[in-house]
Amino acid sequence: MEKFTRLTSVAAALPQENVDTDQIIPARFLKTIRRTGLGEHLFAGQRYDADGRENPDFVLNKPAYRKAGILITLDNLGCGSSREHAPWALLDFGIRCVIAPSFADIFYNNCFKNGILPIRLPREQCLALMEDASHGENARLTVDLEKQEIHRPDGEVVSFEMDPFRRQVLLEGLDDVAQTLKNHEQAIREFEARPSRAWVPSTKQPGRPQSVIGSKGEQA
Amino acid sequence: MQNPVTPRTLYDKIWDDHVVKALEDGTSLLYIDRHLLHEVTSPQAFESLRAAGRPVRRPDATMAVADHNVPTSDRSQPVEDPQSRLQIETLEANVKEFGVPYFPLRSRQQGIVHVVGPEQGVSLPGMTIVCGDSHTSTHGAFGSLAFGIGTSEVEHVLATQTLLQKRSKNMRVRVEGEIAPGVTAKDIMLSIIGRIGTAGGTGHVIEFAGSAIRKLDMAGRMTLCNMSIEAGARAGMVAPDETTFEYVRGRPFAPQGEAFEQAVAYWKTLATDEGAHFDEEVVLDAAEISPSVTWGTSPEDVLPITGTVPRPEDFADPAKAERIRRTLAYMGLEAGQKIAGTPVDVVFIGSCTNSRIEDLRAAAAVLKGRKVADGVRAMVVPGSGLVRHAAEQEGLDRIFRDAGFEWREAGCSMCLGMNPDRLSAGQRSASTSNRNFEGRQGPDGRTHLCSPTMAAAAAVTGTLCDARDLLEPTMAEGAA
Repeated sequence: MEKFTRLTSVAAALPQENVDTDQIIPARFLKTIRRTGLGEHLFAGQRYDADGRENPDFVLNKPAYRKAGILITLDNLGCGSSREHAPWALLDFGIRCVIAPSFADIFYNNCFKNGILPIRLPREQCLALMEDASHGENARLTVDLEKQEIHRPDGEVVSFEMDPFRRQVLLEGLDDVAQTLKNHEQAIREFEARPSRAWVPSTKQPGRPQSVIGSKGEQA
Repeated sequence: MQNPVTPRTLYDKIWDDHVVKALEDGTSLLYIDRHLLHEVTSPQAFESLRAAGRPVRRPDATMAVADHNVPTSDRSQPVEDPQSRLQIETLEANVKEFGVPYFPLRSRQQGIVHVVGPEQGVSLPGMTIVCGDSHTSTHGAFGSLAFGIGTSEVEHVLATQTLLQKRSKNMRVRVEGEIAPGVTAKDIMLSIIGRIGTAGGTGHVIEFAGSAIRKLDMAGRMTLCNMSIEAGARAGMVAPDETTFEYVRGRPFAPQGEAFEQAVAYWKTLATDEGAHFDEEVVLDAAEISPSVTWGTSPEDVLPITGTVPRPEDFADPAKAERIRRTLAYMGLEAGQKIAGTPVDVVFIGSCTNSRIEDLRAAAAVLKGRKVADGVRAMVVPGSGLVRHAAEQEGLDRIFRDAGFEWREAGCSMCLGMNPDRLSAGQRSASTSNRNFEGRQGPDGRTHLCSPTMAAAAAVTGTLCDARDLLEPTMAEGAA
């Protein structure tokens, strides 16, 4: 995973609440077995018309925002489906930082796993940053994760909160799986050996054949 | 770890019983009992596992089935779409290579992962259950902690059987009293989401409680927990009780005999203690819940079927008014119009929310002796091959076919329109699925979420309508 330390970029504003993961990447583009190549389908429903032509009014199609590295929205960004294709599509487009007053849980987690920094800021501050973003190339924002600061074009500094563990993972670009196996393998083994876990059956072999389907005991 | 005398919630207890290690930063390494896999969110996880030379740590705690992308037409033919076929073949290659139990596409056990897990007894009370799908919350109906994860977390669970998690807050939604005839678990859940909003549960795990919830069968409880994610919650749960145990007893992958009785003794200890603390509590009066339907593009845009679509001018907040305006334009509705009477083009009965045998029975009860209205395309997509087979044994397929419904094979189908089952632009559906987002069922498609009873009624009249009018015995003759 690529580290996230400091980013200076144009920001694109999408002043909508509940920007769901179906909007970020519609389901018909999930038929891939790779993580890459989804950028062209990012926000496909809004970005293109029925014939696949670009909608010139959509922010990411405007010349100033075609290389935006930051996306700002209103509340509950990333609600809906758990698809990690949403952060993959953002990343593939070039977006490394998303800013909103609030996020849906799964999307928020998925961002960190892909080197995308999600920042929660009060709505008024998001609106102020959207105002900056409206100036396009003339108003780049700098996001500094080390200092937990956003530098606005006018020099004003906006601080943001960040969980220290997640911050470290992003700053160092750590591989979660390797970390867990390195630090916790022994604890996992001990947990698995607990007598209280003896009741948990295996999924390898059914204990008996299927006899009921619904809750009222119909024979199959 | 909490002091044992502190009253704990169902969620607290399951959480505490799965903490491998509590870390200094407040997160915990949580052990995962069941990992369910499907073809869309797993290929990249297996790819990373292979690249790192790691095995699946616990294939015996894992189960895979293809559902999102599978055609629901003739299964004897190869999958036509090359990309879909590749995704399914990739899953089949991965489960073989890593030794993961799998229900093949042509087996009767195949179906939507959230229908198959419970049906097979793979999903059990007291467990932690994850899957790369947000509707994993469904399995919370058994009194388990079940939630959706992303593909990186799928990889983490495959490799370590654990997840790093932060404890959520506790929220209780109590529904007390009797629900009226014609009102279903779907209507209860839509009403809850309408009340608390799509972010109302964010950061929380919801426990559904109260006398109306206790009376729901497992299918109803699954419908309820399924849509917890639509309220933004990490998970939804219902405490296990006799209804749960009776459902689980005898399922193929459930504990059998003496082991089952021992498991039940443990499961009985899981219910929330008297006096346990909830950070949020919401109470609904069951008697006030009507058959419901969504009018907009967010699951919180809920109306009783007797209601009228909101007007932008009724909202003081300009952003809210603008959203209403935009939504009305997308949905092709007029501000202030009655929602009943809105013509539909497509009726979809299916999805992990409402595709179980109980759901099919409820729809068939409306459809018996009736016909789908002219010009309406109506389809039933059972949740699993076993549901489909059971329905055929009961003769439900005849009722659906005679009414003019398509009787299809199991899969996710038009809930998300990954396979060929999609709305075309401007088409309007009455759908028993879970999301009415813009484009969810096909680009520029318009979705109205409702119960199987309401969807069947919409198929018969060709419009969104109050299913109670069709359920009234005195009305039945005239309405058909």
